[in-house]
Amino acid sequence: MIEIEIDGKKIAAAEGTSVLEAAYANGTHIPHFCYHKKLSITASCRMCLVEVEKSPRPQPACATPVSPGMVVHTHSPIAVAAQKAVMEFLLINHPLDCPICDKGGECKLQDLAVGYGSGASRFSEEKRIVFHKNVSPLISMREMSRCIHCTRCVRFGEEIAGIREFGMQNRGDRAEITSFLNKTVDSELSGNMIDLCPVGALLSKPFRYQARNWELSSHKSFSPHDSLGTNLSVQSRGDTVLRVLPFENERINECWISDRDRFSYQGLNSEDRLLKPRIKQDNKWVETDWATAFGYIAHGLRSIRQEHGSGAIAALAAPHSTLEEMALLQKLVRGLGSEHIDFRLRQSDFGLDGQVVPWLGMKIEAVGRLNDILLVGSFLRKDHPLLAARVRYAAMNGAKVSVLHAVDDDLLMPLHARMIKAPSDWLSGLGEIMVAVARCKGVAAPAGFEHIEPSDDASAIAESLLQGCEGNKAIFLGNAAIQHPQASKLHAAVEWLARETDATLGVLTEGANTVGGYLANALPADGTQGTFASACKAYLLMNLEPELDCADPQAARAALSSADMVVVLSPYRHEHEYADVMLPIAPFTETSGTFVNSEGLAQSFQGAVLPQGEARPGWKVLRVLGNFLELEGFDYETSEEIRDEITRGDHDLSAQLNNMTGMQPEFSPVAVEGIERIADVPIYFSDPIVRRASALQATTDARPPRAYLPVDLGDKLGIQNGDLVKLTQGQGSAVLSALLSENLPGNVVRVAAAHELTSALGPMFGTIRVEKA
Amino acid sequence: MTCLHGRHIDPVVFAGLDGANWRLDGYVARGGYETLRRILNEKTEPGKIIEEVKASMLRGRGGAGFPTGLKWSFMPHRFQGQKYLICNADESEPGTFKDRDILRYNPHAVIEGMLIAAYALGTSIGYCYVHGEIWDVYERFCEAMEEARLACLTGKNILGSGFDFDLHPFHGYGAYICGEETALLESMEGKKGWPRYKPPFPASFGLYGQPTMINNVETLASIPSLIKMGGKAYAALGRENNGGTKIFSVSGDVAMPGNYEVPMGTPFAALLELAGGMRDGKKIKAVIPGGSSVPVVPGDVMMQTNMDYDSIAKVGSMLGSGGVIVLDESRCMVKSLLRLSYFYHDESCGQCTPCREGTGWLWRIVRRIDAGEGLPGDIDLLDSVASNISGNTICGLGDAAATPVRSFLKHFRHEFVDHIEHKRCLVQT
Repeated sequence: MIEIEIDGKKIAAAEGTSVLEAAYANGTHIPHFCYHKKLSITASCRMCLVEVEKSPRPQPACATPVSPGMVVHTHSPIAVAAQKAVMEFLLINHPLDCPICDKGGECKLQDLAVGYGSGASRFSEEKRIVFHKNVSPLISMREMSRCIHCTRCVRFGEEIAGIREFGMQNRGDRAEITSFLNKTVDSELSGNMIDLCPVGALLSKPFRYQARNWELSSHKSFSPHDSLGTNLSVQSRGDTVLRVLPFENERINECWISDRDRFSYQGLNSEDRLLKPRIKQDNKWVETDWATAFGYIAHGLRSIRQEHGSGAIAALAAPHSTLEEMALLQKLVRGLGSEHIDFRLRQSDFGLDGQVVPWLGMKIEAVGRLNDILLVGSFLRKDHPLLAARVRYAAMNGAKVSVLHAVDDDLLMPLHARMIKAPSDWLSGLGEIMVAVARCKGVAAPAGFEHIEPSDDASAIAESLLQGCEGNKAIFLGNAAIQHPQASKLHAAVEWLARETDATLGVLTEGANTVGGYLANALPADGTQGTFASACKAYLLMNLEPELDCADPQAARAALSSADMVVVLSPYRHEHEYADVMLPIAPFTETSGTFVNSEGLAQSFQGAVLPQGEARPGWKVLRVLGNFLELEGFDYETSEEIRDEITRGDHDLSAQLNNMTGMQPEFSPVAVEGIERIADVPIYFSDPIVRRASALQATTDARPPRAYLPVDLGDKLGIQNGDLVKLTQGQGSAVLSALLSENLPGNVVRVAAAHELTSALGPMFGTIRVEKA
Repeated sequence: MTCLHGRHIDPVVFAGLDGANWRLDGYVARGGYETLRRILNEKTEPGKIIEEVKASMLRGRGGAGFPTGLKWSFMPHRFQGQKYLICNADESEPGTFKDRDILRYNPHAVIEGMLIAAYALGTSIGYCYVHGEIWDVYERFCEAMEEARLACLTGKNILGSGFDFDLHPFHGYGAYICGEETALLESMEGKKGWPRYKPPFPASFGLYGQPTMINNVETLASIPSLIKMGGKAYAALGRENNGGTKIFSVSGDVAMPGNYEVPMGTPFAALLELAGGMRDGKKIKAVIPGGSSVPVVPGDVMMQTNMDYDSIAKVGSMLGSGGVIVLDESRCMVKSLLRLSYFYHDESCGQCTPCREGTGWLWRIVRRIDAGEGLPGDIDLLDSVASNISGNTICGLGDAAATPVRSFLKHFRHEFVDHIEHKRCLVQT
């Protein structure tokens, strides 16, 4: 620590910090625009000019490091003159349109102009006009004349998102922020640039002109879209959510949120909301009251149990259901005597049941500090956009990041090694790394794997994993590895690798509450494979759309169609033929509840707004349904009571989580005949809320899925870019436009899941037939 | 406007040039590359070369006038990685046109100067950043470099000495701001030519983050003769603290505009005489003695002043890059300032606020005064805006834009007042 003096006050500051940061830590605010704690320093706005004694001219506080004995004046005549001069320059070309500017009331320029601006302008020329741009359905650039050229957006793209989509074109006072050659801005973190913009130049397109910010009330909440547990500030006027902003939490999402977290709220206000319970009578949907609906369901469940036994009743919840909802759903199903309960909808191999409670294996914060990372089967940027930024941060700081996957998508970070293999070869791919590790260490490779010869990439991965010390390296299983038909075998292989290299084994859990689902015990205890393996007669479906959210839409449809009663608990209307009752339950913003994120942190929230229509919180619905069924233990008064039974008041539940099975790797290759499918879950189709968020649906990432074919396969089948191809699995087929790709292994076709266009197909992995349509 | 007129005084860089002898053989015939050969043969201590440069009192000829030897001594000596040497040929200050004549008529002096500098500084890679708007000069210099390469004067193991120096040309895109050292580096790295915040200075964090020395063309072209004659002798050509000769680009209302190389400290009156005196016998009104960004000096004051850093500083201006713009009595100072203000407005890079917004504001005020639409408060406003830019920007361009405005107002305020009061120009043209 060194001592400096700021405005006559002696303060201690850490060496290397800037005058601005040192002042801020000691309660002195120095005005600034271009400075941002997470971005590089440019010292270009000049608003933070201060007087530093013995310096001939005012110095930018953001870029001036503290030095021993330094004497700084932030309010001296010299400093104030410089700050006022800069403010005047910023304002001469800035439109005086605060009354109609969306940023009004939360604008840094407006705030500081009160302190440093003058009452009247000395500038009498015409103000600059900057032509508007259209770069994204999410970011409005209608009013670029407001831009003060701080370049925060440019630096965010370059430094945090990893893709430089904005730049400054032209020079002098003709300089303007724009995308390169009018390209669209497609980063999955782009919305953060709206927050970073200190003025009303970059605005939220969906929110623009919807409300003044002072009309909004803020509620802390958590993202339901991925397992990071991103902290949100959900903002509402009346009973409508109108905006979602990050709630800063350095240990989880820092000050960022993904576009999915930010703009999905539009799905909450969708026309498609279910507002009253409905029952199907004579093949027609009839609105009814809750009591009638409950009576109908209770009667139906009782009759089915009587007729087909309690094992004929099943319940499935989407992994973004709250801890409380999942706890009550499993309690209800078990109260009826069934074990058919699950939330791992896209999983197909349940061989690890009873042995693991998967989790990240470390704190989220620690990911950015890792030195070695191996990602197995992860569409990282699309599945976990903010975690990808952490991994990228590690990579940019020298971490060796390697991937084993079926696609070679651009992760926007330097990769140490990559093994791009068909999903059916992933186990042997891991085998290559295991053999390489075994050779380096002079130990025996696991039985069955010895014959595998490691490739150069596998050796490079093994080498990097063996370097470095424990706690600084990790192997992560991504969503595709968990959804893989050999998930348990991949897990065992990775576990062996982790053990032998002292790396941490982490699972990038899929849903916002996947960990919570395990803790709520919303999974079968007896190895009954909960999803649609055994056809049941009654199904309770909570928060899911079976054709889009399950591993095998064909199997889901078949099971549901042959059921006697299907009860849908959802915020949305699902007027499917197989459904019999629809109960409107509240989405995350309209209920209290808890999500447990991938690091095992239980984060509880209250409803931000009242449920729409007659929708009710899911936990209340299940609680009353339990009463109608006269089951024991359904007298909770608050969601906290349900939660505390599981968490016992703790927030950090990581002690209950475990990735290690003690299983030995087993080499059992599966032969896939013909062409193999790899299915991603497109980022803006990942759950029912996002699917209804209109602005997100207009983005590049939400384009209709295409069939990605390896170039050789395309040549063989005579298929060119843009040709229609017919894809067939089982009895179902889909016709998609083809895109030839250099980034796929020879016999792999990439066809997205979770989309209407592909919902007639079968499992996410395995054989798929491809022909020219 | 060339240097091929023979009316120099004790020239060093322009000595013996006839326009045709720019090639390697011509340079060698003038004693070129002897110094380099001697250094490589004798394996002169690099530190000794830097000492000579220090002793010569050579000051950077790009405009700032920082002592070259001192600047060289900032380069880390024991640094193990790659270091770079860059010749700054992004000459674009209005009124300055000396570097292009050097590159055109004596390119090998620059190359030899770079070789000696590289040897002294321990750099093995050099670039010459040529202004983007001068094609023929760039091509000429490339030709000269190719000659040097074929003669084993650049490249690996130069003249069998074990000393390596690869020299590459770099053609800019024509931006004044890229003459600023760090904007030049950004431009070379393929980025927008925006000055960096300093510190760190290029000597510790330069091209691609490596230690880098950037010198002006004239500075480097002086090095071979300087080393040949010895630092002290070179210094003695000029005056105390202002060593050597200096090339002045004399332009404006003189009979024979052109480049004139004279010893530091030569009286302005003598320089004016070399340039043939005032055109059409008109009376001198004002002189901008060091390129467009230095304060204007009234003609009568200038006639009593010597051309060296210290003397010009005494009359409130700067020697700058040596671009001497002479204005006669028929010149309207408002119109003259309008042209300068337009230049800085056009060339401001747009990175930092005071310069981006202020240069345009200055230009617009001067424009309206010139058009007879000036308001009574405009002169104070001009001065205030200019002083608000000064000292508050990342690089010197803001000061460069503000300085002419303030000095024009200081010395020729009455012309601005006339324009505002009479709504037209009263200067007899």
